[in-house]
Amino acid sequence: MAFGVIKNVRKVFQVEELGSTALEPVVALDDASFEFGEGDLVALLGPSGCGKTTLLRIVGGLIAKSAGSVAIGGREITRPMGDYGFVFQSPSLMPWRNVLDNVLFPMEILKRNDAAARRHAHELLDLVGLSGFLSARPHQLSGGMQQRVALCRALIHQPRLLLMDEPFGALDELTRMEMNDLLLRIRHETKASVLFVTHSISEAVYLSDKVVVFSKRPARVAREITVAIPYPRSQKVRFTPAFTASERIASEALGVIAPIAEEAKAS
Amino acid sequence: MSARFASQILYPLAGVVVIIAVWVLACWLASIPTVVLPSPDKVLRSLIIRSDLLFSEGWITLKETLYGFLLALAVGLPLAVAVANSRPLNLMFYPLLIALQSVPKVALAPMILVWLGTGLESKLAIVWLVAFFPIIVDTAAGLRATPKELLELARSLNASPLQVFLKVQLPAALPFVVTGAKVAITLAVIGAVIGEFVGSSEGLGFLLLSATSQLDTPLAFAALFALSVLGIFVYALVGLGERMMSSWLPPAPERH
Repeated sequence: MAFGVIKNVRKVFQVEELGSTALEPVVALDDASFEFGEGDLVALLGPSGCGKTTLLRIVGGLIAKSAGSVAIGGREITRPMGDYGFVFQSPSLMPWRNVLDNVLFPMEILKRNDAAARRHAHELLDLVGLSGFLSARPHQLSGGMQQRVALCRALIHQPRLLLMDEPFGALDELTRMEMNDLLLRIRHETKASVLFVTHSISEAVYLSDKVVVFSKRPARVAREITVAIPYPRSQKVRFTPAFTASERIASEALGVIAPIAEEAKAS
Repeated sequence: MSARFASQILYPLAGVVVIIAVWVLACWLASIPTVVLPSPDKVLRSLIIRSDLLFSEGWITLKETLYGFLLALAVGLPLAVAVANSRPLNLMFYPLLIALQSVPKVALAPMILVWLGTGLESKLAIVWLVAFFPIIVDTAAGLRATPKELLELARSLNASPLQVFLKVQLPAALPFVVTGAKVAITLAVIGAVIGEFVGSSEGLGFLLLSATSQLDTPLAFAALFALSVLGIFVYALVGLGERMMSSWLPPAPERH
């Protein structure tokens, strides 16, 4: 059986969950089903506000689903499992802690903040090129550097699954490309399974083994695209036919461009 | 001479000199009677001659201010935690707190005097009353302003409520607590003086009142001066506390 099985997941936010301004329940996620293997990097691609973040939070056990099932490594997810890593759109570091202590935060919560943990934190920060900034405070770092610290924090407890919610969405394009390469390198070293929410078609294709394309809200899985480009990848693959073909299929599934068959009919 | 010295010491000092010069000239040229406006040298003489009295009365006002402020912290912080973390408690008491804040506390002073007498207790109650609101309101706001992502991160690791509070909420709220404490300490001095005005036989507020009633205006001015020094001193105390926590607090631009 696949490592991750997401089956007919549906989420309806009730009025109470939405706060006082909402008048009726909102269907955030209509019907999501897909599977992925251990060590896979899967991109969840869709228009903003389509419910892919909601799905990510359901997989992480942070919110309850209304229907369907989510099983990761054979366990049905109903609450946080404690061994997942989270990276958010904003770095969300603690301004009162230095870089090293920010990375070690999960180990403190898990009461495993020992010498081995510190060694691992040093290794991770070395891997992302921040070994010279251990005692720097978050505000002294650039946005990209902060997000690298957040990445280390998400990996420090060797999570079974890394959940990333548009982690590089706020970065400029060059920094984003750098971070993409960094993520692929980290994935290679740690063999982590990754679910990666994004609304960038090229980022989704560049990073992942598989792209799951979502429709507009209420989201359904519109298409699954297996990206047949071998790892390790470098920025050069962006200019290969296999890459553009995958981008094209994703764009069609998102409704950005009309399918080739229809175009041919029209002309 | 550096520009820093000029901007931080020379210019502010020059401002003080100008004001005093205008004051002296006004007293001289318009020959204002001492009862109405004593010249600076008379105030200075009063400050020196009555320094023992000013210190002993100031010590009383200082105690009222600090004890009342600490009492406000001791009650305000736990209450803020309760209000911020419990939705029922929040719904029950927060509107009430805000409504109470709009009551002019000075208007309550005579009643507090009736209840608690003219001793230290009534001053503490008034100081507590005025200092308590900024502390609870700012602390509760700080606790609620904890970034959602940090709370989710903690929750994803199955953190206990105590861990969430100590490692996430409390440090995140600390800059807000300091802001509240700074407002509270300045209000605390005002509270102490109000308490002494309304009913007391000691303290700088009482001294001010009795000096004016005896037409000893230089002493009233000296008491006023002592009160300002006291206010600056207690504010500096809070600032010192802030600096001691500075490794914990985010840098100034991020603070609210």
